[in-house]
Amino acid sequence: MSQKYEFSFPVKGDNFDDAGKASIQIKKRLKGLGITGDVLRRTAIAIYESEVNIISYARQGNINIRVTDDNISINIRDSGPGIADIKQAMQQGYSTANDRIRKMGFGAGMGLFNIKNCSDDFEILSKANKGTLLKILINR
Amino acid sequence: MNLTLLVEKLNLSVVCGGDGLDREVSGGYMGDLLSDVMANSREGNVWITCQSHQNIVAVSVLKEHAGIILVLGKKPDDDTIKKASREGIPLLVTELSGFETVGRIYNLLHP
Ligand SMILES: Nc1ncnc2c1ncn2[C@@H]1O[C@H](COP(=O)(O)OP(=O)(O)O)[C@@H](O)[C@H]1O
Ligand SMILES: [Mg+2]
Repeated sequence: MSQKYEFSFPVKGDNFDDAGKASIQIKKRLKGLGITGDVLRRTAIAIYESEVNIISYARQGNINIRVTDDNISINIRDSGPGIADIKQAMQQGYSTANDRIRKMGFGAGMGLFNIKNCSDDFEILSKANKGTLLKILINR
Repeated sequence: MNLTLLVEKLNLSVVCGGDGLDREVSGGYMGDLLSDVMANSREGNVWITCQSHQNIVAVSVLKEHAGIILVLGKKPDDDTIKKASREGIPLLVTELSGFETVGRIYNLLHP
């Protein structure tokens, strides 16, 4: 019998003290669902980078996870400033992170690139001043 | 090889997470950019860094590292120690440079 699991975690913008907290909880849930190895590794990287981007650039957001027998589908939605030039944002090394963010070890400009690398399918939908939606698919 | 042996051989000071020193070390990764470490370090690695901010702990938990070594005598922030203790991540400090630290660990792991 095929089973589906779906759960969501809210993420608050600018809350660097808790960066990674949602990702850690999500990884635990996924492990509990029997997800391991390379699939778990890639999912954790994709979710962590998405979480950090909400904290770095948006006011608030939400991570939604759907797990089926075949894949893990992750939708990350935020109500931030949006990404004007998605192609540029995807480039390795491109970052608008400020000094404060860089001092904490973020802002290498590798996040979106790494998410794409870890995904079997990846799409960014964004509108200026409305927010951003990342759609990540990882096959099991 | 486990962390206890690394602590002994490199004379590392154990800041917290001493209960986890029996963890096996699968290898190591050195870096200060969190995205780089997320992408390229592996489970069971010891992470060598001069990044002392509390955000290193979440990265280590997610990557299931054996532990973290701060180089050049870097003092971890209070929040970092608190978080690492709570999560059971061994936090180790050395006066050595990153280069020296990595070189010595590499030689121990690949005699
Ligand atoms: N959710 C988001 N909302 C607005 N801008 C974003 C978002 N995510 C990424 N960006 C923009 O894309 C750039 C590249 O992001 P990323 O590849 O994660 O690298 P970094 O976060 O290290 O800068 C960011 O510097 C930022 O300008
Ligand atoms: Mg980022």
